[in-house]
Amino acid sequence: MNGTAGRNTVTRTVSGFLIPFMQLYALYLIAHGDLGPGGGFQGGAIFAASLILYAIVFGLDRAAEKRYARVAGAAAAAGLGIYGGIGLLCMAYGGNFLQYSSLPFADVKTAHHLGIYGIEIGVGLAVAGAMLFLFMKIAGSDDA
Amino acid sequence: MLETIAGKYNYWIYICLMMAGFYAIIAKGNLIKKIIGINIFQSAVFLFYISISKVPGGTAPILFDKAGLYDNPLPHVLILTAIVVSVSTTAVALAMVIRIFKEYGTMEEDRILAARKEGP
Amino acid sequence: MLLKFTLLFFLVVCAAAAVRMKDLLGAVIMLCAYSLAMTLTWTLLNAVDVALTEAAVGAGIVTVLLIAALGRTGSAEDDSPQEQEAGAMAAARRALPLLAVLATGALLVYGTLDMPDYNDPAAPANLHVAATYITGSVPETGVVNFVTSILAAYRGFDTFGETAVIFTAAVCAGLILAGRERK
Repeated sequence: MNGTAGRNTVTRTVSGFLIPFMQLYALYLIAHGDLGPGGGFQGGAIFAASLILYAIVFGLDRAAEKRYARVAGAAAAAGLGIYGGIGLLCMAYGGNFLQYSSLPFADVKTAHHLGIYGIEIGVGLAVAGAMLFLFMKIAGSDDA
Repeated sequence: MLETIAGKYNYWIYICLMMAGFYAIIAKGNLIKKIIGINIFQSAVFLFYISISKVPGGTAPILFDKAGLYDNPLPHVLILTAIVVSVSTTAVALAMVIRIFKEYGTMEEDRILAARKEGP
Repeated sequence: MLLKFTLLFFLVVCAAAAVRMKDLLGAVIMLCAYSLAMTLTWTLLNAVDVALTEAAVGAGIVTVLLIAALGRTGSAEDDSPQEQEAGAMAAARRALPLLAVLATGALLVYGTLDMPDYNDPAAPANLHVAATYITGSVPETGVVNFVTSILAAYRGFDTFGETAVIFTAAVCAGLILAGRERK
């Protein structure tokens, strides 16, 4: 990714303006998954898309590509771990795997809400990390 | 006869889309064209699936005071999973295509098969 | 109604163009337009979560990955030598996929004759479990979006499997493409 698009003033300005909004919108989608359309997958994909836009427009050198790929891989694994961890936490409190009602909150609805938030954050992290990792691997420079 | 057509022509349009993707998979030799065909086929199957969930007079499956009837949310959930699985499949297929290109220098199926027949 | 037919026509045209175009970059852009038309069709069918996912993932990520792969492989034309052969045998070999596609399409159309009519509220898909999910979502889980309550609460284990699938795909792609880094 050599960032030739970033030498054009229009793409540089517009992407620099859009990228923070895309990330904010991605976090909004992850947080409001249970109130409207949204959820972990959509938010994660849009977050990854914002970072891909940055990589395409402003360019990344090889060291940065490897760094991004490593962090994205770790984020994907962490997201999956959060999901499984919440499920095992429900088992530790006596319920079945992913049975939110066994969590020690005031009532069942709060337990479900917080369990679903945790799950959506895990899914968002996993999807964003996986998409970014895939892009860095597929579009990365040739080590010929 | 006419009411059969009126009741089912939507399914037939979706089947046309599926067959367009299927034709790209089996008839085209270029590997990336095959991947494009897989994507077209999968999207058409999702459309077929979601069209089953629409109930006449129903609204989107989010709680709403003035709603009388809701659409069936279960196919939406299944297709959400399926879309993410389809992008995973496309990504792995593209990784394999890139490796094949590095190995054989071409992306046409018949040239790759000829190169393999000649031996390493 | 007019919007629905326009969208369906646009879908068929985009699919046919993506299949027929020889320029691969053009075919990928037509696939992106196909995804966009699919997003609009799903919004028309009230499937808002699915439309958002298709817009983000189908029209966004898949297009970017395909164009990146086209850039890496360098060949942008679809020029199979088999399309230039002459003779009866070659023509028969070229007609075989078309026959297979027509036969499959005819079988599928024959299969739809047994299905319930389009948008039938008494179709078996809408009867059994969906009503319990819709009525039980707010009292049992407190979540207003029924799709999220099914995805994360009622069928949360399937979503766990799906997250594992996307993680596995990332790992597989990393392993397949890791050989390039050997010095």
